[in-house]
Amino acid sequence: MNSELPAIVESLIFTAEAALSTERICELLNEFGRDEIRSVLTEMAASYQERGGGFELVEVAGGWQFRTRPAFHSYITRHIKTRTSKFSQSALETLAIIAYRQPITRAEVEHLRGVDCGGVLKSLLEKHLVRILGKKDIPGRPLIYGTTKEFLEIFSLKDLKSLPTLKEIKALDEQPQYERQEELQLEPEKPVPVENDLPFE
Amino acid sequence: MTAEAHGYHEEHLPLLDGFHEQYSVHLDKFDGPLDLLLHLIKKNELDICDISIAVITRQYLDFIKLMKELNLEVAGDFLVMAATLLQIKSRQLLPLDDQEEQETEEPDPRGELVRRLLEYQLYKEAGMVIGVRALLGREVFARTAVEPLLAAAQNVEGPLEVSLFELVDAFRGLLQRIPEESFHDVAPGDSLSIADCINEILSLLQERDTIRFDDLVRDEYSRERIIVTFLALLELCRLKLIRIYQGSEHGSIWFVPAVAADSSEV
Repeated sequence: MNSELPAIVESLIFTAEAALSTERICELLNEFGRDEIRSVLTEMAASYQERGGGFELVEVAGGWQFRTRPAFHSYITRHIKTRTSKFSQSALETLAIIAYRQPITRAEVEHLRGVDCGGVLKSLLEKHLVRILGKKDIPGRPLIYGTTKEFLEIFSLKDLKSLPTLKEIKALDEQPQYERQEELQLEPEKPVPVENDLPFE
Repeated sequence: MTAEAHGYHEEHLPLLDGFHEQYSVHLDKFDGPLDLLLHLIKKNELDICDISIAVITRQYLDFIKLMKELNLEVAGDFLVMAATLLQIKSRQLLPLDDQEEQETEEPDPRGELVRRLLEYQLYKEAGMVIGVRALLGREVFARTAVEPLLAAAQNVEGPLEVSLFELVDAFRGLLQRIPEESFHDVAPGDSLSIADCINEILSLLQERDTIRFDDLVRDEYSRERIIVTFLALLELCRLKLIRIYQGSEHGSIWFVPAVAADSSEV
């Protein structure tokens, strides 16, 4: 393995404007093996986490990006203006339904929530958290909705699969409220160390 | 609306007891009838799967009455649920005859409602789980390699595209700033054409990535110059060669080449 590879990968992610996908990194560094690059990425993410610094390397929306630790947000916002506002309960419910049940029509969302969702849906569309996937092949051809890449980016999710499953959420409900808080600690998943077949120099 | 609701609290204390802490803020904006039902069930410490329809229905109707008294608009969805509750209640009271019994597969008239409540509760919970995640641009910040100038023009939620009205406003601001004593001779030979101006802007954008509206006309403050620049910008916009951003309301207006912005998204 080229001993400079980790440094090269790091420099690419450092200068990228948005999260850089593994796919793209492999494309840019076609002289290196894909497996090599993959293991470098997971090792690097782990080492950033161990380091315990102000930022870490995380995988969001299928790409790699340096992001600050949530714990320090109160210091960061002293000099960076935050423009993202908290989401309302109805926005979160609607987002959750769309995230778990996509592709889904507006009527289906409204049936689940028991209330008109036109306004919420519109504002989610405007914020690019939700997009129109197409039309459903049933009478009336209603629009179907799904979540966007921005949704994953904003909520720091690697992909849709990294959302807790509905079964897990159901289980949370059976526990008292105070324990639930602990369950929801938002540490990114610890990357699984990848076995490296190549002899290490 | 909220202030009004608070005033009313004094007289309706027993009824509003439970709502007080959780819902005093959005009394007028309950997140739907299912949300209200869940709240009533929790308040009465009932089991979702075995709700006392009589108790819940009475409290639900009381709540709707209160909403009306507070002059809050009661959404149709709430009334639909009230009708459903009453229907369930009446079906519980009246014994089914044999024929009906065969028709309905569900012995418990509450079945459908319970299923919806459980499902709604699940997604409400899921929404809370998503809601406590650290948000990008709020709790978590990413490194941005964007030029500081451009960063000023773009905010976390994505660039705010400018409306034509704001562009015209900026243009008017510029026209007002022309010193009154500035005269200009009409020399047909060296009048500025829109095409020239477009080329000028495009070549500037190649060097700099972003330009401010004010920068474009900085060195030559004449009415003609400003008008031609403005028309050139509109033309460039129409041709989709540039994109226009505004960092904040009444802030500077920025121009970004559309092509470069696209390629950077890859």
